[in-house]
Amino acid sequence: MGLPDKDFLLALYRQMLVIRRFEETAARTYREGHIPGFIHLYIGEEAVATGVCAHLTKEDYVGSTHRGHAHALAKGVPLRVVMAELWGRSTGCSGGRGGSMHLYSREYGLLGTNGIVGYGIPLGAGAAFSARYRGTSQVAVAFFGDGGANIGCFHEVLNLASIWRLPVVFVCENNLYATELSFLKATAGQSIAARAASYAMPGVEVDGQDVLAVYEAAGEAIARARAGDGPTLIECRTYRYHGHHEGDPGTDYRTQEEIEAWKKRDPIQLLAKRLLGDEIATQGELDQIGSEVVTLIQDAIDFSAQSPWPSPQDVATGVFANPI
Amino acid sequence: MREIRYIDAVREAQWEEMRRDEAIFMFGEGIGPRGGCFTQTRGMWPEFGEKRLIDTPLSEMGFTGIAIAAAMTGLRPIVDIMFWDFAYEAIGQIINQAARIHYMSNGQFKVPVVIRGTIGVGQSAGGHHSCRSYPLYTQMPGLKVVIPATPYDVKGLLKTAIRDDDPVLVFEHKGLFNTTGPVPEEEYTVPFGQAVVRREGTDVTLVATSRMVLLALEAAEALANEGISAEVVDPRTLVPLDKETILGSIRKTSRVVVVDEAYSPCGVGAEIAALAADEAFYYLDAPIKRVHTLSVPTPSSPPLEQAVVPSLERVVGTVREMMRQ
Repeated sequence: MGLPDKDFLLALYRQMLVIRRFEETAARTYREGHIPGFIHLYIGEEAVATGVCAHLTKEDYVGSTHRGHAHALAKGVPLRVVMAELWGRSTGCSGGRGGSMHLYSREYGLLGTNGIVGYGIPLGAGAAFSARYRGTSQVAVAFFGDGGANIGCFHEVLNLASIWRLPVVFVCENNLYATELSFLKATAGQSIAARAASYAMPGVEVDGQDVLAVYEAAGEAIARARAGDGPTLIECRTYRYHGHHEGDPGTDYRTQEEIEAWKKRDPIQLLAKRLLGDEIATQGELDQIGSEVVTLIQDAIDFSAQSPWPSPQDVATGVFANPI
Repeated sequence: MREIRYIDAVREAQWEEMRRDEAIFMFGEGIGPRGGCFTQTRGMWPEFGEKRLIDTPLSEMGFTGIAIAAAMTGLRPIVDIMFWDFAYEAIGQIINQAARIHYMSNGQFKVPVVIRGTIGVGQSAGGHHSCRSYPLYTQMPGLKVVIPATPYDVKGLLKTAIRDDDPVLVFEHKGLFNTTGPVPEEEYTVPFGQAVVRREGTDVTLVATSRMVLLALEAAEALANEGISAEVVDPRTLVPLDKETILGSIRKTSRVVVVDEAYSPCGVGAEIAALAADEAFYYLDAPIKRVHTLSVPTPSSPPLEQAVVPSLERVVGTVREMMRQ
């Protein structure tokens, strides 16, 4: 694959930086007490959501994980409403009813981040089933982690998606730890991608730190899906710099050496190096993007801080679409 | 009016609704060319084919989850779970997802999915094919729970369920499949949240669900021979629950016995008893009584099975004892 054009490469850079700064800001404002509950951050994994969602239109669907802020952002959900949801405000993308693990956007095809590992898998496949049934060209992406690859639903849904040739791409974000359990100890055969063979679909292992590699693999898979040729399983090998959730230092089960080694292959730095090395962009251009992103994040924080809390008076409304 | 079987009424409801709305499709094991293991889709295959009558592999969690996302994105699935015992394999999808997504998404996503299947003791089906799991789901906000006792009701309620924009769970007792009753040829629906008085009486109210409605009617007949006038109320839907009809009957008779085939703890009887205590306490002339299936896993052998489920003797005996007080 030839290198995409400059504007597009800078857009990938910018998207990854948006996710990074968003998550760093979430971590800071969580510590400051602005964000209730639990948050699971995507720092270190930015290339995956960015490279995959770069192929999706607004009408396509995404089923997400507990570590799903990035999927919402990369799918186009405005930063403001994602941040406001983390802050528990009425202006959040779920009106404050969801929180970090239940981000939804009907407008942007976000079928939900999820508090139960693996729930993004049937969400993606079901939306793909629906698209095919309705005769649209929409596709769906189901994100999950190495932990999610071990739940029963993974096996049931990959089988169903394959026999029904659904327009879905299964994207495993293998960050090597299901909470604290090492992938190497948890997964027979030590490959998620290899499982695709059992379900008669292509299985691809990708360097999840290289946004262009992710972009290329996802492009092929999404093209297959759109062409009616069925699902693909992509395993992106990646790493989270933080613990499982904010508050987990992430160092009880991982060595400092391992963490530092992965940080040397930081997805944003890798792309920056390439852009500068190949003289595609200047440091000044990257800095300019950096300051634009800072402004965006500050806007999201201001918006969240100024947004009202949801009204307890309405707490019992909306349980049903057709009220009883 | 013509009389048809309960299971035929199920099929008619699905058939008519699928004809009306192309967004409706079915998932289930054996619902395609076979016509369903209870004949619930017999004859439908030539009209709807593999696009809309989808024979699923044994993957309850997977296909229920797929149906839920299909419902979120514009379709109206009917999941034929066959035996409600099998829904335990999909319970996270039903409770964590179907029930909650409308609320958690702040109303952005509707989940118009119907999950229907059979329940009940009485065919020596054993511990994995006899569940009556409806009380479990009544505890979960976001689910509507439908429990029809007659062919007329199952057709009308199933049609309402299919047209509803929320997840609706329909519990069909296999002991009722071959019972017959009047069902009009003309279009009709039965609204949710409207109980029906099956038999009028003045001395005691029997609140009964599903197959227990037939048992309660039998008991009322037997009690009439002893000079006791029993009223039989069938809630028809547990969520929403028609409290007014139930309370109206209790206020009239001043006594209530709940007859239900599910288990007693935190169950239908407990709910009706709490309702009566809360809102009809000063009308009551006797303690509220519950007749449920014994809290044991459902055994297979016929004499054991009959020993756990509410019997005519238990219902009549409970009322008789109550009337002596």
